[in-house]
Amino acid sequence: MFQRLPDISGTTVHFSIDGKPTTGIEGDSVAAALLVAGHNAFRTTAVSGAERGPYCLMGACHDCYVEIDGTANQQACRIRLRDGMSVLTQHGKRDLGR
Amino acid sequence: MKRINGCQDIESTYDIIVVGAGPAGMNAASTASASGLSVLVLDENATVGGQIYRNVTASPLRDRSIVGPDYWQGEKIAARFEASACHYAPGAVVWHLDKERTIGVALGEASRIVSARHVIIATGAIERPFPVEGWTLPGVMTVGAAQILLKSSAAVPRGRAVLAGTGPLLWLYAWQCIQAGAPPSAILDTTPRGNWLSAMPHLPAFLSSPYLGKGLALLRAVRSKVRVVSGVTELAIKAHSPGLSIEFRRGSRSESIAADHVLLHQGVVPNVNLVSAAGCDLIWDETQAAWQPQTDAHGLSSVPGISIVGDGARIGGAELAAMRGEIMGQHLAQQLGGERRVDSNGAQLTPKVKAYERGRPFLDALYRPTQAFRVGAPSAIACRCEEITCGQITETVRALDVAGPNQIKAFLRTGMGPCQGRYCGATVSELIAAARGIPMSDINYYRLRSPVKPITLGQLASVPHNNEEAKFVQRI
Repeated sequence: MFQRLPDISGTTVHFSIDGKPTTGIEGDSVAAALLVAGHNAFRTTAVSGAERGPYCLMGACHDCYVEIDGTANQQACRIRLRDGMSVLTQHGKRDLGR
Repeated sequence: MKRINGCQDIESTYDIIVVGAGPAGMNAASTASASGLSVLVLDENATVGGQIYRNVTASPLRDRSIVGPDYWQGEKIAARFEASACHYAPGAVVWHLDKERTIGVALGEASRIVSARHVIIATGAIERPFPVEGWTLPGVMTVGAAQILLKSSAAVPRGRAVLAGTGPLLWLYAWQCIQAGAPPSAILDTTPRGNWLSAMPHLPAFLSSPYLGKGLALLRAVRSKVRVVSGVTELAIKAHSPGLSIEFRRGSRSESIAADHVLLHQGVVPNVNLVSAAGCDLIWDETQAAWQPQTDAHGLSSVPGISIVGDGARIGGAELAAMRGEIMGQHLAQQLGGERRVDSNGAQLTPKVKAYERGRPFLDALYRPTQAFRVGAPSAIACRCEEITCGQITETVRALDVAGPNQIKAFLRTGMGPCQGRYCGATVSELIAAARGIPMSDINYYRLRSPVKPITLGQLASVPHNNEEAKFVQRI
């Protein structure tokens, strides 16, 4: 997990991960907020069910997929954290229609 | 600069469309726009800067000294872009580009088709794949990823962070962590010892380049604060509850270190997905051990009207990318007949460009990763998406006489997952060349197709239904 440096700017953003309320700061990607909140594994893979977390954090590797507000397979590193967001870790393949 | 907040704000055509708002893209756009040409900049991030100046206009870091002065150079480039007349679409995903210079872009829930007289691809670099056993485990990420967290979220690893690999970015990030009060617990340096010999002939030129002063002080500072293990020839990462363990070999000795984070890096390579999908020719560059688009002296690709600038053309670093962007903007302003003359400082820039270029061959030779770390151990995963190991690829190539990367897709699905080969393309082509015993010049790269980034059916269906767009959708 990652820790925030003490001397920073940015207002607090409230969101939930797997139903648990937590916070990040304005300007965080969803991935950054999850890593600071102590989540290294974001999903299990569709192929073998292995745990995965972010690898590149720049939109290229697609390993940071999570479900955001009901839509699965969202790149957590590319989406900005917003107040009230509901983020779910993903398990295996996404279901049809989500 | 006019901010584009949704597809409805995008014009149907521009003189120039730039993909990527890093130093090269921003400078090319600002300069071309100053001549009166209409310019649209499409960028995936929420703020300008690309990866090198990621979030430079909105970083939460209060203590600017932590990341060092080079990062803040991005502010000037961003400010000039902000003051330009460019249209700028943040959060825009370019999923299509073809030889007609037609672009498919997704923005929010919708998509639009937009075309340009000229397209500049400034999509920069990605970190070179580092296929070691365990590189897919949670807690393992690239050094660049960790640096993005520092720049854009003011966050550093908690607990024991081991950095492994080679290249300037690894040392810069280690130094930044020390500045932030969170030094890494160890650095496993995989720079091959023999590289010093091959780099030596380039040393005099390097000594007269602007790189030297920065690099030496940084290396000294890191070595005085962090345990550095040099000459590492093998690496494997294992899950080791809690955390990770990293096993490595140095000479005849094997050792293991416990870690909470393993941060990998072995240089950067051009991000060739969009150029490859657009049909631009790629070549294998042996000195940088990387695929690059073929470009002429002005950055023009093999496809008329599509240019490539910055690290996406050839790795040169932020300063060179910024200067080349500027020069490309000036060139296109002339070529496309911008109404106003841009004050051409091309002549002044040339000696500066040459000074930086002088330093590159030394860095390229010194930090060139060994083939062993480029092709991976047989047990290491090569294709992260489809979970195919390096050994499986070698065996399949030998058993079925596979000709190249585009054939191996059919047998193993490598490169067919959501990352579309970004993190296995180089590995797979080198593995195939090695298994067949042929040079890289006889191997090609994945032939990529639209959409080059995953989009939803909803985004595709939102393209307006007139004749032109219908033809476009049929074409792809």
